[in-house]
Amino acid sequence: MWQWFHKLGSPKWFYGIATRFMPWLLAGGLLLLVAGLVWGLAFAPKDYLQGNSYRIIFIHVPSSFLAQSIYVSMAVAAVVTLVWRMKLADVFVKAIAPVGLVFTFLSLFTGAVWGKPTWGTWWVWDARLTSMLILLFLYGGAIALDRAINDEKSAARAVAVLVLVGVVNIPIIQYSVEWWNTLHQPSTFTLTEKPAMPMEMWMPLLLSVLGLYLLFGWFACIRMKTEILIREQRTRWVKEMILAGRT
Amino acid sequence: MAFDSFSAFIAMEGHGPYVWVCYAVFAILLAGMMIWSVKRNQWALEDCRRRHETESRASAKAPGKASATFTRVEIPQD
Repeated sequence: MWQWFHKLGSPKWFYGIATRFMPWLLAGGLLLLVAGLVWGLAFAPKDYLQGNSYRIIFIHVPSSFLAQSIYVSMAVAAVVTLVWRMKLADVFVKAIAPVGLVFTFLSLFTGAVWGKPTWGTWWVWDARLTSMLILLFLYGGAIALDRAINDEKSAARAVAVLVLVGVVNIPIIQYSVEWWNTLHQPSTFTLTEKPAMPMEMWMPLLLSVLGLYLLFGWFACIRMKTEILIREQRTRWVKEMILAGRT
Repeated sequence: MAFDSFSAFIAMEGHGPYVWVCYAVFAILLAGMMIWSVKRNQWALEDCRRRHETESRASAKAPGKASATFTRVEIPQD
């Protein structure tokens, strides 16, 4: 267990593992995502209330899932950064924050476009939408803070604290549809309960969610590898790897 | 198929523009982020390669240069 923990802290070890997993993550992710989206767009039945506009769900829900999961994983990494000073945890936070930002934007954008034909408005200042907008600003803040501080270690600590403070927003997003009156429909997708939608709609959604999670794994691998290369370019193992052409 | 024809699939009973705009933006941003991440990785690799190649060339040309050299320096003792 502890050996595993130490290995996880080693950039060199991670670099090798990431290189091995990346093709599988990419191929599996794209396959599941495309299958889910084609199924959802062309083959899933039409919603009796919302008509065809509901097909946006197949990208809206996965994007929102990713937006929140990435933030939670960043918060876990932030704890590891603060408590154990593990290098890789900070590399993860820095590498993945822009991906989280993009998925949060996608969630807000697809939500707004879906809202127009369904609610009659692009935007309302209700709890779910506002807390999601705050999540967008949290991602932006973490990226900006990291760029603003030159010293790597102080930047890592400052960003970790910001990410941890912002994590209070996550349960607010999660339960906003239950705590307050909102236009947003309650969550359609839980693993614990029986799905609130027919199987022909739920299956493509499951596929696209899983596909996007795998793609997130791919993003994490390649972006962490880049960050490791930048930070460790003077070390012996990077030099040996580069000169041997094993990249 | 949930649609009778291809034009019905594109139109989506009037909801077509909303659905297709969402999917287009999603595809563009996802693909853009993937290309950007790959490019950044290649730049970082290229950077490392250039640095180490110049370094190893420099040390191959002057093998003695990397190790420290000592010269006797006369220091007046008074």
